[in-house]
Amino acid sequence: MSANPEILFGARVPEQHADRVHAPTPERTRSPVRRWLGLIPPLLVLVLGELAVRQGWVSRNLLPAPSDVLRTLLELASQGLATHVLASTLRVAAGFALGATLALMTGAAVGLSRQTEALLDPSFQALRAIPSLAWVPLLLLWLGIDEASKIVLIAIGAFFPVYMGVSSGFRDIDRKLMEVGHMYGLGPLALVRRVMFPAALPPVFTGLRNGLSLAWMFMVAAELIAATKGLGYLLTDGRETSRADIVLAAIVLLALVGKLSDSAMQHVEQRLLRWRDTHHSGH
Amino acid sequence: MTSVLEVNIQSKYFGAKQVLSPLRVAIAPGEVVSLVGASGCGKSTFLRIVAGLELDYAGNIQLNGQLHRGRSPAVGFIFQEPRLFPWLTVAQNLAFGVPQPSMASKALVRELLDEVGLAGYEKSLPKELSGGQAQRVAIARGLFTKPRVLLLDEPFSAVDAFTRMKLQELLTRIASHHGITLLLVTHDIDEAVYLSDRVLVLEANPGTLREVVAVPVARPRERTDPQLATARAQVLSALQRAHAI
Repeated sequence: MSANPEILFGARVPEQHADRVHAPTPERTRSPVRRWLGLIPPLLVLVLGELAVRQGWVSRNLLPAPSDVLRTLLELASQGLATHVLASTLRVAAGFALGATLALMTGAAVGLSRQTEALLDPSFQALRAIPSLAWVPLLLLWLGIDEASKIVLIAIGAFFPVYMGVSSGFRDIDRKLMEVGHMYGLGPLALVRRVMFPAALPPVFTGLRNGLSLAWMFMVAAELIAATKGLGYLLTDGRETSRADIVLAAIVLLALVGKLSDSAMQHVEQRLLRWRDTHHSGH
Repeated sequence: MTSVLEVNIQSKYFGAKQVLSPLRVAIAPGEVVSLVGASGCGKSTFLRIVAGLELDYAGNIQLNGQLHRGRSPAVGFIFQEPRLFPWLTVAQNLAFGVPQPSMASKALVRELLDEVGLAGYEKSLPKELSGGQAQRVAIARGLFTKPRVLLLDEPFSAVDAFTRMKLQELLTRIASHHGITLLLVTHDIDEAVYLSDRVLVLEANPGTLREVVAVPVARPRERTDPQLATARAQVLSALQRAHAI
C-alpha cells in the first residue's frame, strides 16, 4: 500500500480516493442525469449556508454566507490573489519535483535490487512513520524560515507516496513478462527500459498522484508556520484578522487548485496507461 | 550430423531434488516432437533448458551441430499464456525482437499477422483481443525472429476446444511453410498425436525418457484418421507404463 495521506491530514484525501475507486464506468458517464448528481450536495450546502446567514440563524462573522465568500474572493483577486496562488503553486511544484525525483530514483533502486531493499527499505519505512509536523522545527533550525525549509518539507511529503508506488511497482513486476524479456536476450538496461519501467508505470502513477496531493497538504503546513505569501498565509491572515470569509476563500481555492492539479495528473495517467485492462478503461 | 537440435542432459536439480535424470533427445529439421508425461516429470524444465531460460544443469545442447548454452535467436519460445506486453500494440509486440522497427520489420509484421489471420490488427492493444487472438499474436511473435526451432509450453491449454483445434492447424501449417522444427510440451494426448511425428513419453521422479511413440501419418492429417487413434492408444499405454496415469 502506498503512504496513507489520511494519517497526516484527514480532510481532502477520502474525497480523492472515492473519486478513484468509484470512477464512473462508461455507461455511467453517458447518463446525463447521473453526471450532475454529484453537484447536488455542494449546491444544497451553499443554499443552506446562504439561507442560514440571511435568516440570522448564525452570526455572519463566524460563518460568512457563500455570497460573502465569493465577494471576498473577487476583492482579493483585485488585490493580488494571483500572487498568493502562484507562490503556493510554485512551492508545490518545486517541492514535488524534488521529492518525486528522489523517490523515483530510490524507489527504483529498492524495487530492482533485493540487497538495496534490505539495506534501505526499513529506514524509509521508519522515516515514513514520522508525522509531517515533527520535521518543521528541525527544518526551521537547519534551513531558516525562507523558501528552502518550505520546499524541503513539501518534498518530504511528496517523497513517501511516490517511493512506495515506485518500489512496489518495480518489485511486483510479472515474472512471466520478465521471462519474455529474457527470451529476447535483453540486457539489464534494455530489460529495465522496455519491460520493467512500463510494467511498473501504473503503481508509479498512483504514487505520483498521492504524492502530489500530499505536496499540497504539506505546503499548507509550511505556509501556516511562516510565510508572507501563499494560500497558507491567507489562512493565517484570515484567522488573525478574524475574517472567516478570507479563511473560507482560501479553503475554496485550495480545493480548486488541488483538484485541478490532480485532474491534470489523472489526464496524463489515463493517456499513458490507456493500455490497462481495467473494468472502466473503456473510454 | 542431421539433427537440428540435440539435447543431452545428465541431470538437473532444484535444490536437493533431482528433476531430470540422464536424457537424450535428437530432433531432425522440420520434425514435430511432443513431450508428454505426468505433472512434475520435468518436461517444462526440459523445455526451459533448451530455451536457455534455465542455465543451471549438467549436460549440453547442440544447435545445428554446434555446442550451445543460453539464449539463441535460432530458438523461439511460445508460452502457455500469450504473455503479450499489454502496453504495446499488436505490431509492437510482434516486432519486440528488433529495438527499432524498420520497413522490413513492418512488412514482416503484416505478413505474419496475415498468416495467423489477424490482418489489420496492427494497432490493437492486447486488451482488445480474445484469448485465441492473443495466442495467435504470440505465435506470430514467436515466428518474427525466424527461429529454426520453436519451443511451445502447453501453448493451447488456455483456450477453448474449438479454438485449440484451429490453432493447432494454424501451427502445423505455419511450421511446415517456414520449415520450422517444433518441440512442444502438452497435457493433451490428442494434441500430441495430431501435431507430432514423435511423441516422447516421460516418466517422473526424476524425469527421464520412458518411451517414444512414432506417428507415421502424412500431413495434412485428418483428426478422424484411424492411424492417429492407434498412436493415441500407444501413447496412453506408454503413459500407463510410465505411471503417469
